[in-house]
Formats: sequence, C-alpha cells, structure tokens
Amino acid sequence: MSLDLPKEIEPAIELVGIDKKFGAVHANKNINLTVAKGSIHGIIGENGAGKSTLMSILYGFYHADQGEIRISGKPIAIRDSQAAIAAGIGMVHQHFMLVENFTVLENVMLGAEGGQLLRKGVASARKELKRLEDDYGLEVDPDAVVEELPVGSQQRVEILKALYRGAEILILDEPTGVLTPAEADHLFKVLRVLRDQGKTIILITHKLREIMAITDTVSVMRRGEMVATRKTSETTVEELAELMVGRRVLLHVEKGDANPGRVLLSVRNLSVKDARGVTMVDNVSFDVRAGEIVGVAGVAGNGQSELLEAIAGIRKPASGEILIDGKPVAGIDPAGLRDLGLAHIPEDRHHMGLVLKFEEYENSILGYHRDRRYGRGAMLDLEAMRKDAEEKIAKYDIRPPNPRLKTANFSGGNQQKIVVAREIERDPNVLIIGQPTRGVDIGAIEFIHKRIIDMRDAGKAVLLVSVELDEIRSLSDRILVMFAGKVVGEKTGDAGEQTLGLMMAGIAA
Amino acid sequence: MNTASVQLPAWINYGVIPLLNLALAFFFSGLVVWAIGESPVEALRLLLIGALGRGEGIGFTLFYATSFIFTGLSVAVAIHAGLFNIGSEGQAYLGGLGAALVALSFDRYVPWYVTMPFAVIGAALFGAACAAIPAWLQAKRGSHIVITTIMFNFITSSLMNYLLVRVLIVPGKMAPETRTFLEGGQLPKLDWLISMFGGRLGAAPLNFSFLIALVMCFLVWVLIWRTKLGYEMRTLGISPTAASYAGIPYAKIVMIAMLISGGLAGMMALNPVMGASARLQIEFVGGAGFVGIAVSLMGRNHPVGIILAALLFGILYQGGAELSFDMPSITRDMIVVIQGLVILFAGALEYMLRPAIVRLYQQISGK
Repeated sequence: MSLDLPKEIEPAIELVGIDKKFGAVHANKNINLTVAKGSIHGIIGENGAGKSTLMSILYGFYHADQGEIRISGKPIAIRDSQAAIAAGIGMVHQHFMLVENFTVLENVMLGAEGGQLLRKGVASARKELKRLEDDYGLEVDPDAVVEELPVGSQQRVEILKALYRGAEILILDEPTGVLTPAEADHLFKVLRVLRDQGKTIILITHKLREIMAITDTVSVMRRGEMVATRKTSETTVEELAELMVGRRVLLHVEKGDANPGRVLLSVRNLSVKDARGVTMVDNVSFDVRAGEIVGVAGVAGNGQSELLEAIAGIRKPASGEILIDGKPVAGIDPAGLRDLGLAHIPEDRHHMGLVLKFEEYENSILGYHRDRRYGRGAMLDLEAMRKDAEEKIAKYDIRPPNPRLKTANFSGGNQQKIVVAREIERDPNVLIIGQPTRGVDIGAIEFIHKRIIDMRDAGKAVLLVSVELDEIRSLSDRILVMFAGKVVGEKTGDAGEQTLGLMMAGIAA
Repeated sequence: MNTASVQLPAWINYGVIPLLNLALAFFFSGLVVWAIGESPVEALRLLLIGALGRGEGIGFTLFYATSFIFTGLSVAVAIHAGLFNIGSEGQAYLGGLGAALVALSFDRYVPWYVTMPFAVIGAALFGAACAAIPAWLQAKRGSHIVITTIMFNFITSSLMNYLLVRVLIVPGKMAPETRTFLEGGQLPKLDWLISMFGGRLGAAPLNFSFLIALVMCFLVWVLIWRTKLGYEMRTLGISPTAASYAGIPYAKIVMIAMLISGGLAGMMALNPVMGASARLQIEFVGGAGFVGIAVSLMGRNHPVGIILAALLFGILYQGGAELSFDMPSITRDMIVVIQGLVILFAGALEYMLRPAIVRLYQQISGK
C-alpha cells in the first residue's frame, strides 16, 4: 500500500513485503511502506498492532522472515543495531537508554569513544556536540549529569546521541509519553527543524492528536497489517481512529452529572518524603466524596505517584492524616486497607500491579490472596482461583481468554484489564487509580473509562491520577492540579486545557 | 537478535536443553581425559558402572544424592523468595550439632524411630538458627544475604571445630568427633530398597534419610506452589515492588524463607551423621552445601529437577571415586575438574545454547 509519491521526492526508506511471525503470532503481514526523505512520517496503531516489531526489524533487533529493506533505493541487510546505525538509522526508545550517572557528553560518546584513550575523543566529541546543538536547537549542557536533567532534556540527549552517530533517519517510539505539554511542543519544534534540514523522521505513537499536529504523512497499522497511508492534511482524527480499531469509536466519554454523597476519602495536611528525604508531597489536603471522580492533574514527577502510594499504604507519610470513611488509617498496611474497602489500580502495572512471570489466574488474586475464598487456612485453592479468573476474563473480555497464560504474554491493554478487573470486582468503596490507560489501546481505553464511570455511578469515591490531561478532563468531576508536591488549584471538570496546562507548569493558580 | 522472550515448549526447556548441556560437559571432560592419555569412552564406562553397576554403587550414589537433595531444596526455597543463600554449607554443619545432641541424649533410652522425629527437628532448628542472623540482617538492615551467609560459613566452621576439639570429643581420644551413637541414635540402612531391585547394599551407607529427603521434596513443592505463604514468597522473589503493593510483608517473608531454607540445609546432617558414620565428625558436610547451589540451579529450583540433578551429582561423586580407583592416572582432582565442567555447563552456562535452539525450533516448527 505504498504511497504514490511525486517523482521528485526520493524515498529514504522502503519496506517491501516485510513479514514476521513469532510462533503462532503473525506480527507483521506483508508490510509495504515508503517513507519520503525529509518528511515526518507517523505510524499509528493500537498496542500489538505490530508497530514496535516493524521498527525493531528496521533497527536490527529482529530479522524479518521475508521482505526487503531499502535505504535510499538500495537494498540492505540489517543484521544488528550496529548495521542500522551504519546505514544512518537512529532510534529514540520509549524508555531511554542512557547511563544515568554519566554526563551528557559521556552518554553521547558512549560506544563511539574513538580510540583507547579518552582525551582526544572527548575534545572532538565536545566540538561535534556543540555543532549539533547549534544546528538543531537542541540545547543541553554537555557537562550536566543525565539523572539530574528533566525528562525532556534527557530525550534531547537521546536524539543527540543518534545524530552524533550520523543518523539521517530518526525513529521515535512514543516520544511524548513522559513529556509535559510544553516539553512535547518543544520536541515537535526540534523535529520540524530536523525535517527542514533534510532528516527523515518516523514517529510511532498511539496519540492521534500528535499525528495530526506534526506529521506530513501517516500510516495506520492494525493486527499486523498496514491498512492505510494518508497525507495528514487529508485525513481526520475520526477516520484514523476508525482505521486503527476497525470500527467506529467513541472518542469522548459519555457520563451523566455527578451525585456526590458523604466524604469517603479524606486527606489532611499530608506530607510524604522519598527515600532521599526530599519532600515529594507537601501539606496536601482534599476530600473525595461518594459518587464523584476527583482527578489529579500534573506533570509526571510532581508528587502524584507518592500521593497515591501514601494513600495505598505502600509509602509512609511524613506527617498528616488519611481517613477512609472517617477512620484514620495511618500505619495500616496495604492488606489492611483492602479490608477497609480501598482498591488501588497502580500507575505501573509491570512492577506493581502484576507479577509478569505469573500465570494470569495467579495475578487475578494479587493482594487478595489471603482471602478465604481462594483457599482455606494456609492452602491455595487453585480450582477456585481459576474459576474466579475465568469469570473476570469473560466479564472484562480479556484476550486471549486463557487463565494459564503467562501474564507477560498479554498485550498492555489486556494486562491493564487484568488489574482493573481484580480491583473493581472487589466492589471497593474507595478506588484510587494511577495512569489507568498508559500504554493501553483505544478499544481498551474506552472500556476502562466506562468501568471507572460505572464505579462513580454506583456511589464509590474515585481518585484518579493521570498525566493525560484529556483523560483527566473527560472523566473527572473535580480536578486538582499538583505542582512541586503541592495542590496548586482546584477546578471543575470542564476546566479548559489552557488553564490547567498553565497550572501544571506552576505558572498560574 | 533477541530470543530471550521466545517461549519454548516445556520438553525443550526442561528436557533437551539440560541434556545438551550435560552432553557438552561430558564432551569437554572427555577432551581432558583424552589429553592425559586415557580413553574417554573407557573412563565414561567405568564412571557409570562405578555409580550404577552394582547395588553397592547405587547405594553410594543415592547416599550422596540424599545430601544434595537437602541442600538443593535449601537453596531453592531461598531463591523462590529472591534470596541467594550461600550458607547451606554452614547451616548443614550446625544442623549436625542439633542432630547429634538429640542422638546422644536419646540413643540409650528409645528406638531409632522415636529418636528420628526429634533429630529431624533438632537438625532443622540448628540449621535455621544459623540462617536466622543473616536473615534478620537482610530483613531489617539490608545487609546483603550473600555476604552474610558466606561469612556465617566461616563462623559455624570455627564454632564446630572448637566444640568438637574441646567439648564434644570423647575424653582420651585423638579424633575430634563425638562418641558413636547407639542403635537408638542411628538411622537404619535401606537394604530392602536395593534388594527390591535385586541388588545388595553391601557397605554403602544409604539410609532412612533418603526417604526423609523425598518427603521434603513433596513438602517443598506443596509449600511453594500450593500455599499462600509460597505465593507470597514467589511474589516477593520475582517482584519486590508488586509484593509491597500487595501488602506482603518483606521482613516477615525474608525471615520465614531463610528459616525454612536453613532448616532444610540442617536436615542434610541426618544423612552423614546419623545415617552413615553414627557420630558427629569434623568437616562432615564436605562441600555438599555448595553442590546444593549447582543442584538447585540445574534443577530449575523445582523439587523434581532437584532430585534429578542430585542424582547426577551423586553419580559423579560415586562414579568419580571408582574411576580414580580404576584409572590411577585420573586422580581425585581430575574428578573435581569434571564436576566443575558439569557445574559450568549445566549451571553457569545454562542459557548459552538457548538462542541457537530457539532459532532451530522456530525453523523446524515453521514459526
């Protein structure tokens, strides 16, 4: 389905008939793709649509079973990532591949030190880095230690690393997942400069708005196939969403008015410190009532994670009080809080919400494993566990519907459904949620959002933390904005994006 | 190319790969034997006949395997909770004191089957006690369990040497060992088991603790895969953050897992102390605690795997001894080299062949 390009535009990359299977999974089916030189080409698709596999093939992590890759018209075999780099392909991964306690310069040089002794290499690298920064407007202090840089700057280091190695084609995998709206804007500016100077950019994302904002061309993948390629100016968000999912999707959540009752969760003057003793949550107070969703907006790293963990009993507060249904719960561990009717959908399903090496049914009892219904006394009742898991699988349409499958083998959306099913099916009074739809495909997002609203309508108190402003705005009845550990303001659910964005940046209250 | 995430069927994971590793180990051992001018085939034949050829050989093989099962289980239980217990050696040594104290106090008054349960408990308690301090330091102070358990091996060794030389020694004797236990303090030999298969046990020290080891395999399997405690241990072992999310208490699980691990190591002492020599001798553990690490790794921390790996090491110990007897140019040290190669290929290089096998499997199965 290659795009008909005007004759004068030469292709930077052509993929011809790329095919890849993993066991029974057909990850890429006969993919044809042409990316024009000096353009920003978006690749969009749900999780598991095969975007990452395709890019991994292009970057030499996997080998295609069939098909050909052409760079500037010439067929090329990409055996490993070194070959990809040599062919001028650079990759900026979703999770940065940086040595955190190295400086920017050291990170950029890594793997290209130039000789046994560092000194000469350092000097020339510094010069080259300066030139790249100037050319592309990528200002970063070369001597800053990476772990002390904000996320947006770390990403710039990744881009510099690729450019330093002579990348002509840059692949960015979900680059805005960790950025503030302002940082994302900055990134887009950089990408436009890069394009205007002749670099080719492939942007992988599941965010339709980004595609519309920055790309020239967009290709849509669904279930391993490249289903369409469009000029961005000639398509709409609705069309792309439909192409991605294969059916019409509701992009906006339908919900009625909230009907708040008594206060179920109350936070009073709460302060939380991290392991280094830095105050992450600073004297925060708020209430969540029965039958309402309170959203906590904020750029990642402004204390929302610590706030959630403190309420969930995972992190000890430095001071202040947390009350569930009027009862102080300080010092009660997560297991005890569950007994009091608190359920927690954690931000990080890979490290907290799930044990990825466990089979699905084992994860569907995590945190509730001491329950009598999963076995009397010290023993586990595997029969009961599996039956329970099967019921949840059916009710939440978790796929594949196999409780014996390793959790790591489910897609992101289905993994999240396992967590959501486990926590919501307990019928808690208070539900606290972190990033409910991070890395989750559109179909599952719709489903999870509906469940959250059902909880509200059933008279539960819901606290929702998310860095996706759209999500906060479409679900919340009230919005709290956190900045530098403090709640800097409260708005109603229909607050404008601009207002919230400024508050999140700590500019206006 | 990344093959780590590719799933292989169980028969390849647990059958083909270990067997190939073993074949490689034997191949390189064969090279060593060939290099010193002996026939590798003849050496292998002698080794296998020595270990499995006669009832007595089998008895010795199973006797060694018994010790390795206990220490292998000890290492495996700790690993499931994410703890690398290097201290099974010392825990087994101290466990011997527990077993011996019970045997010395009971053997005059009661038959062996009354002494045995108390001896099992005594050995386990002393082994657990030896693991308790490293466990507490890990749980409460974050001192790394690998370091502390290694150091406790030295501490127990010195303590036991002191006790045997100064306290437990029979007055007027030169050997640092306790008196010989009477029959009430000995575990009976398993002549009947070998004769069931038409062999004769002879002088081999295979004893009742072999059956205790098999029972412990079953109990460990139940613990890890069928109890809530085992679920909590596995959760903590794989993902400490998920454990804290689930409200699984870190310190408590670390303590319990290490006490069970130490207890299992302690029970190993039943085999040599009450089963074979009927007295507590100096350095009776003889490295079985360290072999347990290899056994657990090779057996994928699963009781069935541990039994198989323990048998393999039993064969190497017994067959190796016979081999060096029959082929004088193959010394005791050569046997250690061969055992080392098995540990290297089956344990440390466990995943060396995996990428190649994954690719082969993908080609054959047509992906």
